[in-house]
Parts: sequence; C-alpha cells; structure tokens
Amino acid sequence: MPGASPTRIPTALTQGTVTKGGIGESTLRPDGTLKVTGEFAYASDLWHEDMLWGCTLRSPYPHAEIRSVDVSEALKLPGVYSVMTHDDLPATTHFGLEIHDQPVLAKDRVRYHGEAVAIVAADHPETARRAAAKIRVEYAELPPVHDEDSATGPGAPVLHPGRDDHHAPHVTHPNIVHRQPIVRGDVAAAKARADVVVRGEYEVGMQDQAFLGPESGLAVPAEDGGIDLYIATQWLHVDRDQLAPVLGLPQDKVRLTLSGVGGAFGAREDLSMQAHACLLAMATGKPVKIVYNRYESFFGHVHRHPAKLTYEHGASRDGKLLYMTCRIVLDGGAYASSSPAVVGNAVSLGAGPYEVDNVDMEALALYTNNPPCGAMRGFGAVQACFAYEAQMDRLAAELGMDPVELRQRNAMSQGSLMPTGQEVDSPAPVAEILRRVKAMPMPPERQWESSQSSGAAGGSTGVDVRALPGGLSNTTHGEGVVRGVGYAVGIKNVGFSEGFDDYSTARVRLEVAGGEPVAVVHTAMAEVGQGGVTVHAQIARTELGVSGVSILPADTQVGSAGSTSASRQTYMTGGAVKKACEAVREKAVRLGREKFAGHHPAWVSGGELLLEGGKVVTGDGEVLAALADVLGDEVIDEELEFRHRPTERLDLETGQGFGHVQYSFAAHRAVVEVDTELGLVKVVELACAQDVGKAINPLSTIGQIQGGTTQGLGLAVMEEILVDPGGKVRNPSFTDYLIPTILDTPAIPVDVLELADEHAPYGLRGVGEAPTLSSTPAVVAAIRNATGLALNRVPVRPEHLTDTR
Amino acid sequence: MEFLRPARWEEALAAKAEHPGAVPIAGGTDVMVEINFDQRRPEQLLDLNRVTELHEWETGEEEVALGACVPYTRIIEDLRRELPGLALAAHTVGSPQIRNRGSVGGNLGAASPAGDSHPPLLTAGAEVEAESVRGSRRIPVEDFFTGVKRNALADDELIKRVHIKKASGPQQFSKIGTRNAMVIAVCGFSVALHPESRSVRAAVGSAAPTPFRALAAEDFLGAALEEEGLWDSGGALPPSVTKEFAGLCSAACNPIDDVRGSAAYRRHAVGVMARRTLGWVWDDYRGGAGSGAGRAAGDEGGSRCA
Repeated sequence: MPGASPTRIPTALTQGTVTKGGIGESTLRPDGTLKVTGEFAYASDLWHEDMLWGCTLRSPYPHAEIRSVDVSEALKLPGVYSVMTHDDLPATTHFGLEIHDQPVLAKDRVRYHGEAVAIVAADHPETARRAAAKIRVEYAELPPVHDEDSATGPGAPVLHPGRDDHHAPHVTHPNIVHRQPIVRGDVAAAKARADVVVRGEYEVGMQDQAFLGPESGLAVPAEDGGIDLYIATQWLHVDRDQLAPVLGLPQDKVRLTLSGVGGAFGAREDLSMQAHACLLAMATGKPVKIVYNRYESFFGHVHRHPAKLTYEHGASRDGKLLYMTCRIVLDGGAYASSSPAVVGNAVSLGAGPYEVDNVDMEALALYTNNPPCGAMRGFGAVQACFAYEAQMDRLAAELGMDPVELRQRNAMSQGSLMPTGQEVDSPAPVAEILRRVKAMPMPPERQWESSQSSGAAGGSTGVDVRALPGGLSNTTHGEGVVRGVGYAVGIKNVGFSEGFDDYSTARVRLEVAGGEPVAVVHTAMAEVGQGGVTVHAQIARTELGVSGVSILPADTQVGSAGSTSASRQTYMTGGAVKKACEAVREKAVRLGREKFAGHHPAWVSGGELLLEGGKVVTGDGEVLAALADVLGDEVIDEELEFRHRPTERLDLETGQGFGHVQYSFAAHRAVVEVDTELGLVKVVELACAQDVGKAINPLSTIGQIQGGTTQGLGLAVMEEILVDPGGKVRNPSFTDYLIPTILDTPAIPVDVLELADEHAPYGLRGVGEAPTLSSTPAVVAAIRNATGLALNRVPVRPEHLTDTR
Repeated sequence: MEFLRPARWEEALAAKAEHPGAVPIAGGTDVMVEINFDQRRPEQLLDLNRVTELHEWETGEEEVALGACVPYTRIIEDLRRELPGLALAAHTVGSPQIRNRGSVGGNLGAASPAGDSHPPLLTAGAEVEAESVRGSRRIPVEDFFTGVKRNALADDELIKRVHIKKASGPQQFSKIGTRNAMVIAVCGFSVALHPESRSVRAAVGSAAPTPFRALAAEDFLGAALEEEGLWDSGGALPPSVTKEFAGLCSAACNPIDDVRGSAAYRRHAVGVMARRTLGWVWDDYRGGAGSGAGRAAGDEGGSRCA
C-alpha cells in the first residue's frame, strides 16, 4: 500500500508475558508461509485411493415444477457409479441451520436458479459432468417471486406451503420467514417536538463472500458403516447435526475432520456439498470427492441479504436525536438459512451506536425465488449501518452541523440503553473512536503527481495512474478528479444472540515430551483464516507457562466449538482453551504440592502459584520447581465447555430483551478521489479506529480490521451479484463479480483501543465484523462529499455518478 | 479432447488443415476460461507454444512484425517506443500473470468486442498475416472483426504475425473498468496522430458488436486541423473542435446494456475518453513536434505496475 500511514499499535500490546509467544504478542501464523508460497493443502487438494468424483445437476430455472427426472442415459455412461435424485434419499430429506426447509435434492419443485436436483458419482470428474448433462429433467416454469410486492401481494405463490417452524405463527404472510419489531418510548410525541426530520430510502445489493477456496470435501465410507468426511466448513458439529439424519446414521457414525479452508466469511455456515458427497459415498461404498468450480460456487452458497431500508430520524435544533423509525426488508431468497437471526440483528442494531429513546423499528426477511441469502460478515448490521449512517449525514446537513460532531453528540457510551432496552454494560467508546479517526493526519493531495519517479505506469510524464481513479486503465491524468471525505461508525454484536445456547469446548493435555513440558490443545474450531490456531497456542503458553504447544486438527472427536462466525471464536473457543488450561494448571500445581510439599514453604503456604517459563513460580516470581519435574510421567488432560453469559429472546411485539452478549464498535474516515465525469472512484485512504478490548495477537487484529475494511469497500463500490427480475444470476464469475484488487485497496491506518470488557476472557472484544460495517457508509459518504449526489444505493456504480442508467 | 503439439509452423498449418475445428491455444488466457466454464469443448486444441517464431518480433523501417504469441509483457517492456498505443493497452490487460501469457494473436483470435489490443491496432494501422496450407494473406485489421467473437479467418487459417505500423506520432489508450486493475473493458478508446500523413485515427472497443474506427470523428478532426493549420503551428486545439470530436466518437457507438455497464454510460464514457486522450496526444505533439513518436508512453515503467 503506497503511502500508508504507519499503523499505530499501543506499545503495551507488544509486551508479552514472561513466557514467550503468549497473549499480546504478534506470533506468526503457522499456515501463513504455506499459503503465500502455494503449498498449503486446501480441501480441494484432498485425494484418496480409488476415489470417485461427485457432480451436481442444478436447476436452470428460479421457479419451476419438476414434472419428471430421467437418469437412465446418465447411468449408461461407462465410469458412472451412482446417480441420485430426491427419490433415492435414504432418510430425512431436508436440512437447514434453523428451519429445515431446504431439500437435499429438489422434490417436485425448484425454488432458485442453481438449486441441486440430482447428483452423480463417476470415476473421473469429466465423466461425472457428462453424466449429469445426460439427466433429463422436465420442468414447467412457475412465476417467480422476486420482491416484497410479488412475495406478499394478493395471489402470491406460497413458496413453502404448510410451514410449521416456530416463526410461522407470528408472520403476517407465509412468504415472510421472520419479522421482528422493536417499539420503545413514544415516537408520536417525540415527532411533535422534532425541529428537523430526515427521511430516506436505501438499498443494499447482494454481496458475495467471495472466498477463494471453493466448496470442497471428501467423504470416505468407514468399515463400521459410518462415514468420515473431510471438509472445509465453519462449524463441524452443526454440519454433523444436519448430516446424520439425512444419512440415516447415528451422530457418532458421522465423523468430520476439518480440511484446509480457503476463507469463509459466512458462506460455509450452511451445508453445500457435504450431504451429497456422503450420500454418494454410502451408495457406492467408495470415497467421493466433490469440489465446485468458481461458477458452481456462486450457486453453492448463500449470499449477503440484499435489503431495502426506509428510515426516518427526528432531532432537536441542537442535534439531539429525538426519535427514529425504520423498516428493513431483507431478501432471504428461496430457503431460510440464517435469515431469522439476520432479521434480529438488523433490527436490534438498526438504530446504530446512538442514544435514541423513542423508536419504532421493524425488520423482516422474505422468501423469494432469488438465491438463498444467509450469513456474511456483518450479518444484518451491515445493511442497517449503510442506512443509518447516510441518515446521520443528511441530518447533519439539515442542521448545518459537522457530521462527526452530530454523531458524537448522540453517541452511546457505557450505560446507554439499546432500543431493545438492554444496557450496554461494557466500554462503548463511540465518540472517542470518531475523534481518533478524525484526528488522524490527512493523506497528501494529488498523490498521482508526487509519487516516486516520473512517468509511472500508463500515462504522460509525471503522472502515476495507479494513484488515480481508473488506475491502470489510464482514464484520467487528473481531469475531473475531486476529493471527498466521509465518516461512519457502526455497532456489531459479538457471539450468538437471542437466547441461543452458545458454547465452545476445548481439551487441553499437559505432559512431558523429550524432557520438556508440552501442551496439546484440541478443539473443533474451524480455522478459516481468522488465526484461531495462533491464538489458542498463545493462550496455552500464557496460562501454562510452556513454550511448546501443539494444536491438534479440528474434528468431531472433541465437543463442539460453535461456529467460526459472529466475531466469536477468540472469545468463545479462546475462552474454552483458557478455562481448560486453568483447570490443567490447577491440577499441575496440586501435583507439585503433593510431590514437593517439603521442599519449600511456598508449596504449602496457600499462596498463589503460577506456571511461567516452564517452571512453577510463586506470585513473587521465585522458582519452586521445573514443570517437567512436577509432571514426571503424569499426563493431565481436561475437556471443558465455556459459555458466555446467557441472552434472551426479543419480545415478538416490543422487541425488548437482553438480546446480545457483547457489542463492538469501529469508526472509519474515508478519503476518496472521484473522477466526476467518468464516475470512477479511487479510495485513497480508509482510516479506522476500533476498540478490541484486548488484542490477543496485534498483527492478526490489524489484519482482521484491514480485511473487514476492504470487504466493506468492495460493497461500497463494486461487489454485487446481479439477479434479473426473473431470479436468474447474471454474473456468477470473478470476471464480472468484481472484488477489490490491491490497486483498489487503500492505505488503512488503524488505531486500536483496548478497553477491557469485564465479562469477556482477557477483556477481549470480537474484532472481525465491526470494521466491515462502517467502511461501506464511510466510502459512500466521501463520494457524496465529492459529488454532491444523494447515492442511496450500494454498490455505487459509474452510472449512478454520471446519470447514465 | 485431443491436444495437438506441432513443433514447427508448417506442422501447425497441416494440423489446422486436417482439423479445421481445432482451437489454437498459446497463453490460454481466453481459451482455458471458456473450457473451464464449459462454454467450449473443442475436439482438438492446437498448442502453438512450441512454434518459436510465433514468440518473436521484427522491427523494420515502417512496421513491427509481431509474432502472434508474443506476450503483452514483452510489448510493454520492449516495444513501447514503436507501439505506444498498443503498449498502453497491453498494460490494462488482466494481471501481471495474464500479461505474461496473453498475446495479441490470441486477442485477435477471440475477437471479443472488448479485446484491449483492438482499438490501438485500428489506430496504429495494422494487418493480420493469416496463413494456411493454401497460402498466406494479409487482412487489414479493419476487415478482421466480422461480428461478436467472429473474425475473418478461414477454418484452416492461423494467425502468424500482426504487422503494425510504427508510431510516427503520439498515441493513447484509455479504458473503463469498474475497478482499478484487472478488469474487462466496459468500453475502450484509442487515438493516434499520424503527422506524416496529417491524419488522425480514433477507435472504440466494447461499444458495438465489433471494435471500430470512428471515421466521422477522424475526418472531422483531420479537416479541422488542416483548416486551422494546426499541424504546422502546433497551436492549441480549439475546445469546440475537441468537443465535436468527442461527440462524434460517442455518436458512432452502438452499445448494449449488460452486467458491465449501461449503453448510455458507454456512450458517455467514450465521449469523455475521446476528449481527454485527444488532449493528451495533442499536448504531446505540441510539446515534442517532430520527435514525438511514442512519447506519451515512452517512459512508462511496465515492470513497476502492480
């Protein structure tokens, strides 16, 4: 990143414990070098002797009746071992994260473009593909449901007749998955007092997680009649919970092992090829591998919910928010996935990190014939943040007030109440992070002129087009370019909410190997690139005072670690590792007391004894014994569960309740340069300030913040899955679904705050999602600032900036 | 799928004559994408990588004879003085890895309306040397593009070289993409000044079924420059002339709405690019009249691009 301002890491963050490589140190990722050099083994690299290749036949129609399926020609192809349709499913036929509404293979009807209809196993991927092409499916197209009007209007086709899920009783139409209002205070009275009112309608396009490693896994039938699945996923145990009934196997016969994961961002929360590979492996008695190509991957996972949002804010003349109302309509697509939870997040976080006493809010998710939408980094909070931050800028403009000052004037702080009535009971430095991003030095103007030598890539002498909108495409040498600055701040929950029993399990063993004490950590945590394996080793070193830590592969032989999502893993599985280590430490110290009671008075004095640098030490640091001597041949082994404090469901009418575990906050200042004639944007800098409670690994913390920031930038200016009104996906490839390249990625100076949350392990706060929220509205605010346009939709396209739709 | 690997040009021609459906492949940056996406399953692939002369070029008095498989990276690094417009366009192709593999021959073979090399070939003046066992012919690049992804090659012909006029004046290339690198053109534009013949050429990509020269704009500008005596005086271009030129370029477009951009935007953007790039080449001409060949891109550092 040319011209990057130095990222600020408080010096305290770089000081570790006595034991090297503990928490607070930037220990390096074990997989980092392998990934950069191309040697890391991803799930797509899995291989087994005699394995078959699976292939999926998918619906070309968004909504159609299946009249007939004829697999006879496919079965005749030499090399084909099995062809399966819905009729061949051995047990439970549907799955889903919360609502089991999605068929493993479509029965009688397809509800989205790309829905799986049949699967094939053959001895070569090309043979499997050809066989799938020979399956004859007779479809009768049905009218598609594609938006709120067509979903809930008179005569709308009901996509899931006979719903019996627990949201069905309270929704106003069967094509609404879930609806959650929040009502608090007296909006009508506040409205009467408001000096200024701003209203806006906003739209967020369908973003894709765009992970680089496509869906892949290998299912191996076992001699005991069970199945071993090697898989890239986000949550091994919830995959197993859904798979076992579909396979007709008891849970202990379905064993999952995490394979190399090439990114996730929410897209691996739902099943993709898991059940298909297992079913084919059971049917053929042979290992079956399925790997999607990029095209299929776009149909193989859920996306971020597109949203339409209507907001109204009223304020007094001095800029104090008096009330807000909003209605957030999320397009959940054909199946529920995690839509209900996304609804809960969107509405409960829909007022943003602001104090506002009177609210009337509503969010709902629709069933449509568009691609299914579910989890993606930011999870409902992203859509809301784009809208409420646009509203704050409008309000500031209306009041003639500085947009940062308006935000600070209404910023929540510790002790503030959420619209749900929940008290924010840990630090909430909203005004402070805004102050910090505003105070950062501005990037120099006209960097295309000042850069290194003359005549860099692509232009006239003295112009570096890489620093200009359009970049290497050489569209401007400065003509039409206007700078803009914008600010945004967001609020995200951490962990699973609304009464979910959210827990993680860790098993920690301490023993002597080669004369040294070694800790072995075993969890089912899915390492999807977030750095959990690094953090677990750091925690074990800090808690057990050993330098040697080995992290076992994640599998279902140990209890659930919950999902690698909701910014929760360092908090939750990190918390479980900490808890297990503490139990192990206690046993080790007790062992020492038993063995060495007579050697030193401190062993029996009852004072706290610690493990540091491979030794047992007193609170004053006096060494009592080598840990290896204490342990001898003993092996200490503990498996424990860790739970965050309980939350509760939101009231279905008022939305009141202790819904969330923890909140996290990030603020951005975006500096952009817009070619106002061509509508092209160069984001020059995206400064971020975020409170992380405690940076367990500062380097990874910065990485998360910069990654989330970049993903938010993508939504702001380029990333969108285009779906036509008939429900067909128009750009399922990286040729036309664009994600930022390094030339689109600005300098991202990061200011990390560490204000401990007393409820959380080490005081830490989940990091990964908050920066994804505020990045998008900050960039769009900056573009508005440069162009004076309203821009109520993301991603912003050149057509929007040049009025050439 | 059969994979044919001729070692010599004559063998390649013989193979193509025997298998008229064979798809030639060099860098594979287009062909492999189509195969991976299952859009194309040719019976035979004809690998040209062993035919060494296709990877070479010759710089003559008047023209560069560019082997069909010379990768973009070589054009950027070694031919930017002779072929500045093409070098600028080469710079906008894909990523460094793609530029190491992709070639002008492949771009012509694919004949996509969005091919980045097409507008600068049209403005520089180029002929495609096509050969078959029947013999060799030169196809003016204007006649080469016959439709969306269709070209003038016969079934048994292969592109051997592209003969491109060496620049005698400044040349420019611009393209629109919705990100700042590694993007397929929403639309592209090239302009070249030919002081020796006192003419100007302008060409547009991705704004019609085929890349095309904006002849009305060229004629208008040529006449205006002549009339005002600007070739000799090196005077500034009257804004009205630039504006009219841009308007004519824009009006020559026949674009569609697609996932990459709207027709209205393409028309608009071509006008803006025409105005800007004309300004750049004319400033360059005025600044270095007589020695101006390729100055616009003469100093660019291809190796430094991201």
